[in-house]
Amino acid sequence: MGRGTGDAPLDTSPDRPSTDLRAARKTLVLSGLGFVASAAGFSLVYGIAARDAGLSPIETFAMCTIVLGGASQFAAVGLLAQGVGWPGIVLLTAFLNARHLLYSAAISPWMAKQPRIRRAAMAHVLTDETFGLSVAHFRRIGRFDGPGYWIAAALVCLPWIVGSLVGLLGSGAIPNPAVLGLDIVFPAAMAGLAVGLVSGRRDVAAAVAGAAVAVPVGLAISPSVGVVVGGVVGPLAAFLVPARGLGEPVEGGVVVP
Amino acid sequence: MSIELVGLALLMGAVTYPSRALPLLAPGIERLPPVALAYLRFVGPAVLAALAATNTVLATDEAGHTAVLVGIAWPAVALAVLLVAWRRNLLLGIVAAVVLVALARAVGLA
Repeated sequence: MGRGTGDAPLDTSPDRPSTDLRAARKTLVLSGLGFVASAAGFSLVYGIAARDAGLSPIETFAMCTIVLGGASQFAAVGLLAQGVGWPGIVLLTAFLNARHLLYSAAISPWMAKQPRIRRAAMAHVLTDETFGLSVAHFRRIGRFDGPGYWIAAALVCLPWIVGSLVGLLGSGAIPNPAVLGLDIVFPAAMAGLAVGLVSGRRDVAAAVAGAAVAVPVGLAISPSVGVVVGGVVGPLAAFLVPARGLGEPVEGGVVVP
Repeated sequence: MSIELVGLALLMGAVTYPSRALPLLAPGIERLPPVALAYLRFVGPAVLAALAATNTVLATDEAGHTAVLVGIAWPAVALAVLLVAWRRNLLLGIVAAVVLVALARAVGLA
């Protein structure tokens, strides 16, 4: 993981020196293994919940491939089981998934030189985990890596889709992932990914402020709102930390002129 | 086999995809001023930390009430953060957190 001031503008130029791409992708896969276990475990539970809510395999597959959002999918099957109408479910989905705007904006400088159709396809699999894994990977190598992005997405999305169908069609003798401690994977991984993106004091300030804002706002309104507000306000705190002088090394040992 | 809810999935996807795609497809993202690019760079740590914090500290019950939850998740996530910061190895941090939580639950501490 690169070390540096964290104060330099993002450099997405393809000619920037990079570490060994193969080693970086290996690190990406290893980092994603925890997500594979977590997604597999909770997708089994989702599949069971979908079956209890009356979803067919085709409907469950459609939810997993079209929506591709765990929290909103869990909420949807819960609301369906309670008899809530489609408008309410769609509205809640838009609300729960609004945080993806932040991911999309934050990752867009890395993808700016990619063809629009490719960016449009990549956007569909831009989940919490895909964002965290791929941005950490890009920072590690100092540039965009298309195959790396798809590897990150596959590590998260494929277990989710397959596990959901297995849970739906399974016997119900599936252990609760919480008993195995898998419910801690998501917060631990998000915290670890945040640490992985820290390469200077300003990154630390952004992360600490994001968390510090998200919790009280989440408590007062809802956790989803807390995440969005924390993600918007946190970066502002970074600018309160004085920038170090230019010429200091940033990620990959590259010196900013 | 029912396919009625495929329509609901399409509607849910229709309100989700724009939030994933609009900034990515916006023209001129590479021509943003440096301060805007710096802001976007800081969004990553901020939003991931916000996600981690809310998923660790807060819990929402079936009635939709959110409360602060003090439990094994706190030391588990702290352990993961320390290990990732020290060893720069995400998988190690996740495994350690899972083992801590599983052990605590197995012995009745959580």
